[in-house]
Amino acid sequence: MAIRVQQQGFDPGRELNALHAANLGIGAVASFVGYVRDFNEGQTVSGMYLEHAPGMTEKALEKIAVEAAARWSLLQVEVLHRVGRLEPGEPIVFVGVASAHRAAAFEACEFIMDYLKTRAPFWKKEDTAEGSRWVEGRDSDLAAAERW
Amino acid sequence: MIQVQYFARYREALGCEGEQLEGAYASVDQLRRQLVARGGAWQVLDETRLMCARNQELCRLDEPLAEGDEVAFFPPVTGG
Repeated sequence: MAIRVQQQGFDPGRELNALHAANLGIGAVASFVGYVRDFNEGQTVSGMYLEHAPGMTEKALEKIAVEAAARWSLLQVEVLHRVGRLEPGEPIVFVGVASAHRAAAFEACEFIMDYLKTRAPFWKKEDTAEGSRWVEGRDSDLAAAERW
Repeated sequence: MIQVQYFARYREALGCEGEQLEGAYASVDQLRRQLVARGGAWQVLDETRLMCARNQELCRLDEPLAEGDEVAFFPPVTGG
């Protein structure tokens, strides 16, 4: 299990390959990559700042990954999330889950993202032509996490 | 003593990253209500969607507090 919170960018393809290379018993890898968009809530977004709570954020991600590993039979889990300054087009988050068969990987990957969206302390502040603004939490994210 | 931290929009609204509070508080909510009673910008802590953590773990407002605990208040998280 690997949890990383970092300022520097990353290559999702490299993360994906590394997950699979770790264990020849892995038959399935499911992953999610989230990117910074250049448009949100009707306005052009020129960049964003991602705040986190050092210590608490890592603990929250680890707890989510541990819960996923308890619910599904997983061979590898990686959660990588960036903080600090980000530009449109850059990857923000990578979740990769490896298992023997696909169902566990698909489901666990979605579970981890749904929980991350509602339980991991990160806050986005977007830059727009009218200044910077905090992104508000969405009820649809809460509903998605309730499913599990 | 309780160590309190504020994050993101709350940190900005309060102009404060955190503080140490003397005294005993039965729960996170009792502490929160005392902060709200300061008036002005502190009423941001009265938002219905406020989230909180005790000792770096998300908790509910009725979470009991003990001497030396660390509490954090923040708006809904928006990572991912």
